[in-house]
Amino acid sequence: MHVPDGFIDGPTSLAAAAVAAGAVTVALRRAGSTLDDRVVPLAGLVSAFVFALQMLNFPVAGGTSGHLLGGALAAILVGPALAIVVMTVVLGVQALVFADGGLSALGVNIVLMGLVAVAVGHGVFTILVRVLPVGQRQIVAASAIAAWTSVVVASIAFSVIFSFGGTVEIPMATLTGAMVGVHVLVGVGEAIITAMTVAAIVAVRPDLIHAGSTRTAQVSPAVSSR
Amino acid sequence: MKRQTSLRAFVIAGLLVAVALATLVSPWANSNPDGLERVAMDEGFAGQATDHALASGPAADYQIGVSSGEAWGTAAAGLVGVAVTFCVGAGLVAMARRRRSSHTRRSDAMVP
Repeated sequence: MHVPDGFIDGPTSLAAAAVAAGAVTVALRRAGSTLDDRVVPLAGLVSAFVFALQMLNFPVAGGTSGHLLGGALAAILVGPALAIVVMTVVLGVQALVFADGGLSALGVNIVLMGLVAVAVGHGVFTILVRVLPVGQRQIVAASAIAAWTSVVVASIAFSVIFSFGGTVEIPMATLTGAMVGVHVLVGVGEAIITAMTVAAIVAVRPDLIHAGSTRTAQVSPAVSSR
Repeated sequence: MKRQTSLRAFVIAGLLVAVALATLVSPWANSNPDGLERVAMDEGFAGQATDHALASGPAADYQIGVSSGEAWGTAAAGLVGVAVTFCVGAGLVAMARRRRSSHTRRSDAMVP
């Protein structure tokens, strides 16, 4: 979902960059005040992991591919503040080193994949973990649903941004329909990859699942006592 | 009760998986247009995209050291990308924490 240069007009790109810069500043400050020493290596690991997974385009219907966005996964693993930092690192490196995602569109891309996907992924996961009975399987299921929802909502967010600041005029309903139509399928891949990753981590270090940490922490004794 | 994996082992194992995915799997990733590119083509705004300012850079389009589309070039880009994102991610958070702790040191000292 990397927006290239030229899709979004100047003022909108600038506004998105301002929003992204503000959010990243707050997120970094929050991450910096964490007392937990583990955040440094974990921020590096999750950045590298999301970068690697984003390289793996999988086929979806009709000659189209999709790849993990990773916002939900990052939020589930390291919490929303650090996830915003992680996604910004990934998107920044992709734009500046690999020429993927426009430089002028970096703010838009951070808003879509760093803020919207992270916020939705975190929100859905937190709610589901709170509602579902406590258990490993529930955490994996919650992360799959959170991942799918994050992709679909990010695709809607793109449509909204494009209908306000796109360089051509396309009716918002038409564009949203097309974006959602493709991304309900891309989201399935996101859900599978996110769930597999979370399942693997829950099996070895359930304490490293961050979001809803009080709830997920309750799973730990159940795991270790098995 | 099984012994817990140490954080160091966890991070190293995670990085190895990331490197394997980015070098061994990524050359075989699907190269069809992604969801947004597909929609842009179908809705007729794909042509609005302008060239990336760094399109002729040394690592552009996830290719390093070889002509476009070769597996080795993609694998090299994957390895570099994993290394750079790890260092920038960890480094940025380490810097944020250091700045934070130097800010709060004075107020901490007042706490008996």
